Amino acid sequence: MSAVATATRPSAKAGRGGGSLSWLALPALLFFVAFGVIPLIGVLVLSFTQWDGLGEIHLAGFDSWRAVLSDPGLPHALWITFLVMAASWAVQTPASILMGVFLAGHQRYRAILSVLYFIPLLLSSAALAITFKALLDPNFGLGAGLQIPLLVQDWLGDPVLAFSVVIFVVSWQFIPFHSLIYQGGVRQIPRSMYEAAELDGAGRVRRFFSITLPQLKYTIITSSTLMVVGSLTFFDLIFVLTAGGPGDATRVLALDMYKRGFQANLMGPASAIAVILVLVGLVLALLLRRLGGRDSTHSQLEGA
Amino acid sequence: MGLPLGAALAACGSSGPTQTGAGGGTGATSGGGGGGGGATYWYLSTQPQEGVRTRTVERFNKANPNGKITGTTFQNDAYKTKIKTAIGAGQAPTIIWGWGGGGLRSYVQAGQVDDLTSWFDQNAAVKDRLFPSSFGAATIDGKIYAMPCETMQPIVLYYDKRAFDKIGAQPPQSWGDIMDLVPKFNAKGIAPFSLGGQSRWTNMMWLEFLFDRLGGPEVFQAVFDGEKDAWNNPIAIDALGKMQELIKADGFVKGFSSITADSNADQALLYTGKAAMMLHGGWTYGSMSTDGGDFVSGGNLGYMNFPPIDGGKGDPGNTVGNPGQYMSISSKATPEQKEIAKKFFSTELMSDQSVKEWVSTGAVPIVKGADAQFAGSKDKAFLDFVYGIAVNAKSFAQSWDQALSPTAAEVLLDNISKLFQMSISPQQFATNMNAVIGK
Repeated sequence: MSAVATATRPSAKAGRGGGSLSWLALPALLFFVAFGVIPLIGVLVLSFTQWDGLGEIHLAGFDSWRAVLSDPGLPHALWITFLVMAASWAVQTPASILMGVFLAGHQRYRAILSVLYFIPLLLSSAALAITFKALLDPNFGLGAGLQIPLLVQDWLGDPVLAFSVVIFVVSWQFIPFHSLIYQGGVRQIPRSMYEAAELDGAGRVRRFFSITLPQLKYTIITSSTLMVVGSLTFFDLIFVLTAGGPGDATRVLALDMYKRGFQANLMGPASAIAVILVLVGLVLALLLRRLGGRDSTHSQLEGA
Repeated sequence: MGLPLGAALAACGSSGPTQTGAGGGTGATSGGGGGGGGATYWYLSTQPQEGVRTRTVERFNKANPNGKITGTTFQNDAYKTKIKTAIGAGQAPTIIWGWGGGGLRSYVQAGQVDDLTSWFDQNAAVKDRLFPSSFGAATIDGKIYAMPCETMQPIVLYYDKRAFDKIGAQPPQSWGDIMDLVPKFNAKGIAPFSLGGQSRWTNMMWLEFLFDRLGGPEVFQAVFDGEKDAWNNPIAIDALGKMQELIKADGFVKGFSSITADSNADQALLYTGKAAMMLHGGWTYGSMSTDGGDFVSGGNLGYMNFPPIDGGKGDPGNTVGNPGQYMSISSKATPEQKEIAKKFFSTELMSDQSVKEWVSTGAVPIVKGADAQFAGSKDKAFLDFVYGIAVNAKSFAQSWDQALSPTAAEVLLDNISKLFQMSISPQQFATNMNAVIGK
């Protein structure tokens, strides 16, 4: 993906008058301000108020922030969010790279398989969660139906199992998307590199680790950014699947925000959590960009 | 290939609103209470109750072609959030359906619902027909803000007679009996109690009875009244400890934390014979009759009030649950819409025909003398049982999560879930709950 970006940049500069094309960004900017920045300012203001979602809004200074920051629920939710992020990244990335590389090849039935792999992404998270919940029901689900005792577990009632189920379903849904990104990335790698390696006698595995993986560096960063920042906002799936339970074993930050705001009628503290979410997301996105090296115009193709 | 599958799944999972009733009314397309001549009304979508509500609205619309009501249905847990958001955004329906108590109080404090006290004074006949006990949860600071309606739903201990035959035992007469029955059922591979633990309020019903049977309604009343450290009452700690003893003894079906009440899977466990007993609301009788095949009609379902606990101070005749359902009128509605709503309250809402239909779902309407309608009903025994509970109970306490403010209720449900996970002790539960008393 970043390879595409680097390729288009010089041609944009080649257009007449360097800065005159900046108006092209205007529509996107307008939308971003209307649906991103303005609500964000609203949330920031709300975090300094006391509001139950029904009546008048009262200014309350730092009350909400004090309540949120002193609540042991916050570090817990942050920790769970981090775990979800780390675990879903660790599961999705290797699987997506392998699948992306496979899909970029020229095997038989590849087109059919890639369509099949793509199906989970077409389904809505809520529908997925409801389906998995039904399948995992210990008494009427898959395990009980097929009479496989191994599948009859307290899937959503045991903290560790429930967490694993969340990671599994999230991965099941999003691996196709990231495979697609990697497929595109792999296709960008020039054939000539592989041909040269083959002449040097490199095997399949060697070629994968020495050419494909390093060449995918920017794709990995792109995909990881999407995964990591995306996992901050996992809400619908977890909400339907476990509702944050059992206890608070899967209560991620986004869910904590919703529960406080819309179930406990505490809009002030919920807004404070929303601001924290935004900050965490920004920091993570920045960190990942740094990881990719500052010089994004740096060529990946030297020596090719 | 992928697309139809996706569409089918999405259709299964859809909990979105469904429009019923008068589509042709003026401005009936607007969901909010702001515009149009017709009144709007949101209610819950579970059958068979949904059908009764829908037909009641249809009858009203037929009789009042110039002032119709448009109904929209929602799933239970989705509705609880949706209605709050809509009210806060000034988009509330004309008629706000609810459970009274703490939720209603938060609407009242925000000035979002109309005071109906004077209307009830003018229409004394409407008020006098209903059970006086149903007005408790509709009354905030001495004023009535909601019309009690529909049915009373005490929590009942259901049991499967077939399961008791299998182990050759009698239904429990005391808490000691319950603890004795648990290993016997487990030995036969039958779960002693079904429980939809993921829904959390299902677990709460157990605590409500344990508190009441051990110490009477005063124990929770102290919490409700905002007394400092009310949860530290030794009776409360004892009740919470007894709860965990039952969980530790495998009293509940394996994996109960994975089961939700919204899918009625907990009821299915009872009527499929996988669980022997279930503590649940009176409304489940109707759905078990509908879904359970010949389980109810074949006379396999037994029911009783929660048994006493040895040494407990509470009256074993007491009950908890929903003393009724409640309808308020949005203060943001137009005068015409309010008129339509009031007309609905005084005419069709609890008309004889509606009462008859509620009885046919196996529930007891909150109308005095409703037992006269029970004759000839296939559910007469159950209806008489519920009516008897409601008439004889010295205390018909409202469900805790409905009685408390939404803020305290959320903390309560959260801690109940942890208590049932055994991840907190009774004392930790009390400490956590004391922190939100009066909030």
